[in-house]
Amino acid sequence: MFRVEVARAFRRPRTYVLGALLAGVAILPSIVLATSSGESGGPPFFDQLRNNGLFGGLAAVALIVPFFLPLGAGLLSGESVASEASAGTLRYLLVRPVGRVRLVLQKYAAVMTLLALAVLWVAFAGLVAGGIAFGYGRFPTLSGDRISAVAALVRILGAVVYVAIGVAGLSAIGVFFSTLTESGVGAAIATVSLAIVSEILDGLSSLHAIHPYLLTHQWLAFADLFRSPIAWDAMRQGILLQACYVVVFLVAALAVFTRKDVTS
Amino acid sequence: MALGLIFPTAGEVDVLGEPVFPGQRPRDRALRRVGALIEEPGFWTHMSGRRNLEYFARTAGPADDRRARLGRVDEVLRTVGLGEAGGKRVKAYSQGMRQRLGIALALLGSPSVLVLDEPTNGLDPQGMREVRTLLRRLADDGVTVFVSSHLLTEVEAMCDRVGVLARGRLVAEGPPGELRSSGNLLRVDVDDRPAAERVLLGMEGVEMDGSGTVALRLRLAPPATAASVNAALVGAGIAVSALIPEHESLEDVFVSLVEGEETPR
Repeated sequence: MFRVEVARAFRRPRTYVLGALLAGVAILPSIVLATSSGESGGPPFFDQLRNNGLFGGLAAVALIVPFFLPLGAGLLSGESVASEASAGTLRYLLVRPVGRVRLVLQKYAAVMTLLALAVLWVAFAGLVAGGIAFGYGRFPTLSGDRISAVAALVRILGAVVYVAIGVAGLSAIGVFFSTLTESGVGAAIATVSLAIVSEILDGLSSLHAIHPYLLTHQWLAFADLFRSPIAWDAMRQGILLQACYVVVFLVAALAVFTRKDVTS
Repeated sequence: MALGLIFPTAGEVDVLGEPVFPGQRPRDRALRRVGALIEEPGFWTHMSGRRNLEYFARTAGPADDRRARLGRVDEVLRTVGLGEAGGKRVKAYSQGMRQRLGIALALLGSPSVLVLDEPTNGLDPQGMREVRTLLRRLADDGVTVFVSSHLLTEVEAMCDRVGVLARGRLVAEGPPGELRSSGNLLRVDVDDRPAAERVLLGMEGVEMDGSGTVALRLRLAPPATAASVNAALVGAGIAVSALIPEHESLEDVFVSLVEGEETPR
């Protein structure tokens, strides 16, 4: 199921369209900075990019985190089960037979794999663009010292992993919504809306009491990977939080789906 | 429910001697030997028919089961007459082709039991006949083919045993020939229907079973026969232009059974 799911995604034209779009976003920082001068005052890592192409990967990832990534996570996870129901393939999968628990878990695994690949792809495209525009060199950390380009690459890979883990909770919620409805779009919109609400709440400082529990709160904590020494606290918190969301909503999705009458 | 898609509120379901709902969840041992087409076929329309079957084959189950199904893809496509069109996207298929692909999917696992809901839905007359022949052949090979259909003529042409459901209860079951009552039906065409009705009302063993403008439908029981009916009518001066023995159709049986069930008690 899992491999079939991932393979199926790569047979869809839309996967490539989205991939191209993401690549476009990923190379944007390099293009903008290569064709302008002065402080950009842009998102994280933008200004350092001009000195070192390695920041291209980071800038690209930072750029997709607030919007494109939750959008993609919502779309993929919201569609996961619901689109099978509306296409009429769900009952044939169940009769095949694919166990219900297995179906939900493998759908989720496929969604997470695709999202991780998307983040990796964005980082890669950003790195390549940054390298072409500005070249690579020893990498200045946020704390001021420098690490080798290879060490920086490893940390960038770590950032990719962390960012992907960051949408694990949201995707679990999406899969849960997806088991409730036959409308993949509906589930996707609900999921994305939740991410938006969470980001808005996270921006209201008067609500700081609930901030640590917000789905999106630690999304940008991967920046801590680029301090020396690496500051793990926020990321540890972020991963723990996501794990809680994943457990709660996957259990909910399973509870719904293993008892559900599948009539469509 | 027999396929584990919806849950029973009470009772148990066994398929091929295996319970479908042991404990909380439907279990797959029996289902692996069942092929099914439920209402409409469902496919990923952006992929070809062949690829759809391959994906279903790969998607679950033990490795040898997966391999066996993969190996049968071309065979089942040929069986349903999609050997040529297997490479086309399902998007481009007609409803009949999708229906046949659905049957191909049901056949993919060499099932011992085939559950088909309206299998000839959307097929042209020739396609219907092909499906009927195919199902007949499978049945002759020892596959149990379970069909639900509203097309009673089709059921009559195809099935060895028929069950009639009314309000969720099985009200009759048996070979179609047995379900049809043994009483003889006779169609009589006459020139003066009211007069003929008066004559026939007095005859023993004759029961009116509805009538058209010139035609009377009679249900005969001994001592009445077609000959005695004819003699009585002619004797009363009524011209009889046709005497046609008729079989009760499954539709008649169905309507009478279901109506009986639905009258308020």
